[in-house]
Amino acid sequence: MDKNEQNYEMALNCFLLAGQIMMESGAETYRVEDTMLRMARSQNIEDAQSYVTPTGIILSLGKRQITKITSITTRITDLHKIAKVNSVSRKLTFKMITLEEAYDELRKIQKTNYFLPVHLQILAGAIASSCFMILFNGLWSDMPAAFVAGGVGYLVVIVIQEMTRVKFFSEFLAALVVGLIATLAVHFGLGTEMDKIIVGGVMPLVPGVLITNAVRDLMAGHFTSGIVKGTEAFLTAFAIGSGIALVVAF
Amino acid sequence: MEFILQAVFSFIFTACFGVIFNAPTKAIPYCGVVGAIGWIIYYTAIQIGVTEVQASFLGAFVIGIVAQVFARRFKMPMIIFNVSGIIPLVPGGIAYNTMRNIVELDYSMGIQNGMRAFMISGAIAMGLVFAEVIVQLVLQMLRSGKTSMQTFARAKRRQKIK
Repeated sequence: MDKNEQNYEMALNCFLLAGQIMMESGAETYRVEDTMLRMARSQNIEDAQSYVTPTGIILSLGKRQITKITSITTRITDLHKIAKVNSVSRKLTFKMITLEEAYDELRKIQKTNYFLPVHLQILAGAIASSCFMILFNGLWSDMPAAFVAGGVGYLVVIVIQEMTRVKFFSEFLAALVVGLIATLAVHFGLGTEMDKIIVGGVMPLVPGVLITNAVRDLMAGHFTSGIVKGTEAFLTAFAIGSGIALVVAF
Repeated sequence: MEFILQAVFSFIFTACFGVIFNAPTKAIPYCGVVGAIGWIIYYTAIQIGVTEVQASFLGAFVIGIVAQVFARRFKMPMIIFNVSGIIPLVPGGIAYNTMRNIVELDYSMGIQNGMRAFMISGAIAMGLVFAEVIVQLVLQMLRSGKTSMQTFARAKRRQKIK
């Protein structure tokens, strides 16, 4: 009996950790719920119940079993971690690994940083900003300015986020810097359309995916998640808008 | 010529976002392909005079189907291909314009742009959900013809390969 209880506790910790990693990496709410319940069912736990929101997860293994809560404080987009957790859950469901191995792997995934080197990310942000010019009828001659604005803006977000941990503030500062670069570029004749350069430069920062995911959660019936994600998107857009406005106003 | 240019740049654009969102390295080119296909559909629709909301729906619908195909092919969650694929379609620029109008106290323009952003993101989400549901339905119909024995054999075979 005692051994059984221990087993249940580890199973609960394991499923909850999987849910937590996925939610922190920006997975959809229904996928988190589905993964946790699927893992539970593979361990012959039939009546598990979960309640998932972007700020916390509650998981119970059944009427007379233990229940646990975990809170989620950071939310970023890290698709690699989602893929890793997904493959662990798939292996567990097909009984290719045991519960202990799955738990160990999940803990390893939680600790590892799968992000590509920072300079590559910044380069990607810069290239994306300059590609934006072509897709939205900008001028070829504005591409270098957008390249610099996008790269520096993304660099500022990463550095300030590391220093202060306040998302609103880092996005505000980055938008400010992008606005300044665009204004200077136009002033010194290195660019023509300031609006296009600014939009291109803030493209790596804008919460387009958050907005779409919010609407998607609403459609799937996860109203709490939809509202929470929508609010986060609104705050981000507000930070970027006010950062730009500060530059444009002067 | 214009089409090739658009396709190439939307491919690079989406692949760059694949790097920013940290997609698994071997999936990044396929993210780019998904994004380019979606953008070409959207671009063509806009060129022949479809409104932006409907064009976004069409683009997202195709992205949803292609993402499903890739997700099954590579055994990765669909969100990897979806999230970077819809990047060229999402109304980031419009959301930015909305906020800029509002902080510059131009409220009527802000509401107008905000509604546009909301409608487009709603259309994209709808396109993705519709694609997912329809693919599930088709797969179910295909599967219903087979006996459970075949499914069991397939699962066994898969196990042996791993």
